[in-house]
Amino acid sequence: MSFSNIRREDASRAVIVHAILLTYTLVALYPIFLIVINAFKTRKGIFRDPMGLPNAETFSIEGFTKVLAKSNFELFFYNSFTVTIVTIVIVLLLASMAAWALSEYKFPGNTALALYLAIGIMVPIRLGSVSILNLIVDLGLVNTLTALVLVYVAQGLPLAIFILTEFMHQIPKDLKEAARCDGVGEFKIFFAIILPLIRPAVATVAVFTMIPIWNDLWFPLILAPGDGKQTITLGVQQFIGQYVTDWNAVLASLSLAIIPILILYLIFSRQLIRGLTSGAVK
Amino acid sequence: MADLKLDQIRKRYGAVDVLHGIDLDVKDGEFVVFVGPSGCGKSTLLRIIAGLEEITGGELMIDGDVVNTKSPRDRGIAMVFQSYALYPHMTVYKNMAFGLKLDKQDKSAIDARVREAARILQLDQLLDRRPSELSGGQRQRVAIGRAIVRQPKVFLFDEPLSNLDAALRVQTRLEIAKLHQDLKSTIVYVTHDQVEAMTLADKIVVMNGGNVEQVGSPMELYHHPETRFVAGFIGSPAMNFTNVRIDAVAPGKVTVSAPGGIKSVLPFEVPQSEVGKTVELGIRPEHLAPGDEETLSVNGEVDVVEKLGDSTYLYIKLANGDRVTVRAPGHSRIKIGDMVTASAPAGAAHLFDGDGKAFVKVDCPAEFSAEE
Repeated sequence: MSFSNIRREDASRAVIVHAILLTYTLVALYPIFLIVINAFKTRKGIFRDPMGLPNAETFSIEGFTKVLAKSNFELFFYNSFTVTIVTIVIVLLLASMAAWALSEYKFPGNTALALYLAIGIMVPIRLGSVSILNLIVDLGLVNTLTALVLVYVAQGLPLAIFILTEFMHQIPKDLKEAARCDGVGEFKIFFAIILPLIRPAVATVAVFTMIPIWNDLWFPLILAPGDGKQTITLGVQQFIGQYVTDWNAVLASLSLAIIPILILYLIFSRQLIRGLTSGAVK
Repeated sequence: MADLKLDQIRKRYGAVDVLHGIDLDVKDGEFVVFVGPSGCGKSTLLRIIAGLEEITGGELMIDGDVVNTKSPRDRGIAMVFQSYALYPHMTVYKNMAFGLKLDKQDKSAIDARVREAARILQLDQLLDRRPSELSGGQRQRVAIGRAIVRQPKVFLFDEPLSNLDAALRVQTRLEIAKLHQDLKSTIVYVTHDQVEAMTLADKIVVMNGGNVEQVGSPMELYHHPETRFVAGFIGSPAMNFTNVRIDAVAPGKVTVSAPGGIKSVLPFEVPQSEVGKTVELGIRPEHLAPGDEETLSVNGEVDVVEKLGDSTYLYIKLANGDRVTVRAPGHSRIKIGDMVTASAPAGAAHLFDGDGKAFVKVDCPAEFSAEE
């Protein structure tokens, strides 16, 4: 086989791969695109031409005004944001410390514990909804954001620990031992050396943890449906009626709901790109 | 600065014995090099001294204190790793100051120590750089600097030059030697390179299979190896070995011979019981010279010639199939295929029994002796 053949094969393969990925991107992004364009249309515009871009005739921001004026949108927003941020902080802290313990220290039951935590990835937490609800009722935490945070922490920990453990294994052993010889305590090694080095992994985990929480409808619905504690996904539901659905408002609030998560994602993804381990060891 | 004492140090991983009871005394200010082939346990021993590995048995003392169960930070040691192990997210300055900050030392004192170390190692211009922006040699100097600022009782070096290219290795080796002269500190240094061991050490510890083969000054090991292993390990190119038979023994004299050439009387004290047995004769390439002027001669066909400029190494195939390396002068015109006779003074020979133990040489000439 000549070189030109190889090159042609490579090129055609690249075209195919890109075509597949582009198709997938379009499929994934199109619904979001539809939500956003329809949020800027009149009700008539939405129904008459759901795929069309807003034009002079159909353009309207009535959805947004309705959402912002008639509902407690800021409150929902605040609730979602609080739950997500608090959960991320707790998950990242606990998961990274657990991962450090599992990857660095040899103790009896280490493997068993890692396996036990991994089971949490395989079993969906929603299977335990009834017992979780019972537990939350017994704790007197119904209709509190605390209930949501607790459940989400439990939901996020297994995968977070799993990913971070793998990353921590990759940190050169010499680096930790050098720190120990330098007289650095274990906590300081963890916070001053290990955490900065696995920042990309921490950012990945943050994204993984945050998105399902932000989008979750299930647990807010059963644990904190009360007034004043609703999250944004639950809040949107008030515009969806049994007989009439206020599509302008639904689409407008969904569009708005995308913004904060997008901002958080951009912040974290910046960390993903940064490789920091270069130059540590040869 | 302090002395270091190892008493019957043992290390076991599961069922595998890695170190079989190591005894060693390192005096204050001494530069000790552990040398040996891969897997001989030298790095494990260093890590035990550092406190990074647990001790299975025996006692380790630094400065008179038993430190078996102490953590690395409480032992007063500083270690330089083969991989440098610099903190990649910190600047050179922070890398060096990091360990000091934890001791809650006065800021200006820390600064002074870091700058002093940077001056000694010529890192002044690089203090604000990250490790990724440094060359290999610079990184190695930072790693050494990080050890210096701690002002440890004992410096530990784990193959610090292995990752450097040849020219830089020679240069850094000199810097380490000079550093030792300046700091007068106790240094334990691990390497598999016998040239590093010879050039740097006050005392070399040759290790093999978890045991200490021999401890001594570089010249003692070179001239008076106690075992065949040490004889073959120290010196470059390696010592030549060939099997010979002991024909006769007299006080301070032994007659050996090999089929196809060697027959010689050598100045060794050999017990009568060895007569008729096969032993190993060792001669260093640099003690052999083309010609048959000396007592101990070998001859055979040259099958490889290596020209180094200042000298030429001839690889001669003996009648019994053994290869012998001979150092000839650089201007030698001997070619592949030539039949060559090379000879050495009897005093240059080494003789090892069936277990690899050296026989005692008598009346060792000054040029083959470590005595001063």
